[in-house]
Amino acid sequence: MSDEKSARVLVVTSGKGGVGKTTSTAALGAALADQGDKVVVIDFDVGLRNLDLVLGAERRVVFDLINVIHGVAKLPQALIRDKRLENLYLLPASQTRDKEALTEDGVAKVIAELRTKFDWIVCDSPAGIERGATLAMRHADAAIIVTNPEVSSVRDSDRIIGLLDSKTEKAERGERVDKHLLINRYHPWRAARGEMLSIDDVLEILSIPLLGIIPESEEVLRASNLGSPVTINAASSAPARAYFDATRRLKGEEIPMQIPSESRGLLNKLFGRKAA
Amino acid sequence: MSSLNCQRQSLTFRARSYMAFVLSPQPPIIEWLADLDATLERSKGFFAGHPVALDLSATRLSPAAIGQLIESLEARNIRVLGIEGIDPIDAGAKLPPLLRGGRGGQEVEVPEPAAASASAPVKKQDAASLLIDTPVRSGQSVVFVEGDVTVIGSVGSGAEIIAGGSIHIYGTLRGLAMAGASGNSRARIFCHRFEGELLAIGAHYRSADEIDASLRRGPAQAWLDGNTLKISAMN
Repeated sequence: MSDEKSARVLVVTSGKGGVGKTTSTAALGAALADQGDKVVVIDFDVGLRNLDLVLGAERRVVFDLINVIHGVAKLPQALIRDKRLENLYLLPASQTRDKEALTEDGVAKVIAELRTKFDWIVCDSPAGIERGATLAMRHADAAIIVTNPEVSSVRDSDRIIGLLDSKTEKAERGERVDKHLLINRYHPWRAARGEMLSIDDVLEILSIPLLGIIPESEEVLRASNLGSPVTINAASSAPARAYFDATRRLKGEEIPMQIPSESRGLLNKLFGRKAA
Repeated sequence: MSSLNCQRQSLTFRARSYMAFVLSPQPPIIEWLADLDATLERSKGFFAGHPVALDLSATRLSPAAIGQLIESLEARNIRVLGIEGIDPIDAGAKLPPLLRGGRGGQEVEVPEPAAASASAPVKKQDAASLLIDTPVRSGQSVVFVEGDVTVIGSVGSGAEIIAGGSIHIYGTLRGLAMAGASGNSRARIFCHRFEGELLAIGAHYRSADEIDASLRRGPAQAWLDGNTLKISAMN
């Protein structure tokens, strides 16, 4: 932690629970770190922490975000360095406290200190629109909105986008938080049968740029249960490739969007198509 | 859109009395106007938007001079509603109507500037419309009882627009739209694509369930026909 940096703060959010915020935070954080950037992922789900499990760091947690906010520990003491990727750090949440333990000033201080030491700060937001979620998005420069292609998830995402435009520091300064849509758990065969909202429907309703489409895959579940993000555990799998492409788009690269399809191999390329 | 053929009712006239400010110019008029200017300087816009009657009983002015006086007042943003205290012969067609039988009210004091800004803020009269050029997201509520609301973009499911006047949505309406919220029964709702949850004009509303499914996903408008909320496609 020698040279001065100026991190970009990302919030991974959705409104609805269970859409894959935490697995996406872990996968994207690991993918960014794998590409050489220095990354810290922060778990804002105080009281219901999971990011430590998904990253396989649950047995190394000593101090957490709340300890740092309350001055019990210094920030470097609470940061946990990943064993596989030396550029990846975790700032875990407290499991014994609740969201009321998060203070606005405390979060601001932690983010300000991390900004000088990392390239990316990825905030894993809790579900809902209450204190935890609003504080997770508070300092964001950009937001990744994780949505499943179903109506309830899409409406909750719409709500969260509205909050990003009003409750963030950037919005209060009259600026805009960059917003990126990550469609998660996309089933090619369900989409083909019309059992799910189509990608076009989701984009039409939310009208924000698409960052990536992550196909539903057992690899993701397996990786989570092993405590290893899919981008580390199965880096060549379809979901991992989708996450890697998403991080490159996040850095401004133009990469054609792949709509996941069931047919494998050569046919895959034929279905590659750029979404709006 | 053949909604205007409502039944003719027989004409009825009613008398009604209103409160108006009364200005009583004293000769010489030039000096009186200077005094008025000094008062207005302390309290800009005190008369703006209020009905004003002109009591000319203290003066003897020719119709042309009265016309000029009214013009001078208009230049000061004072609009004269009627005149009293002149000979009916002098009250030509060009002058405001002659008022009679006015009953005295209490004297009104022009507030001092500090009090004026606190008690009667003088608002610049903006056009009564609100333009929103971003999507209205789920959970957001736009309330504008002063007039029309125009949205360039969509109104999400679970969002609401409440307008005193009409509502224009140049996108998809998926949420709730309430027009005519301050009692304007001529207010309408227009949307480029209708997939809304509820439409209301004044106190009359219809939920999506009660709206003909053939209207969904197309351009639509809603208006009030008597006590019925009507919705039709716009092509």
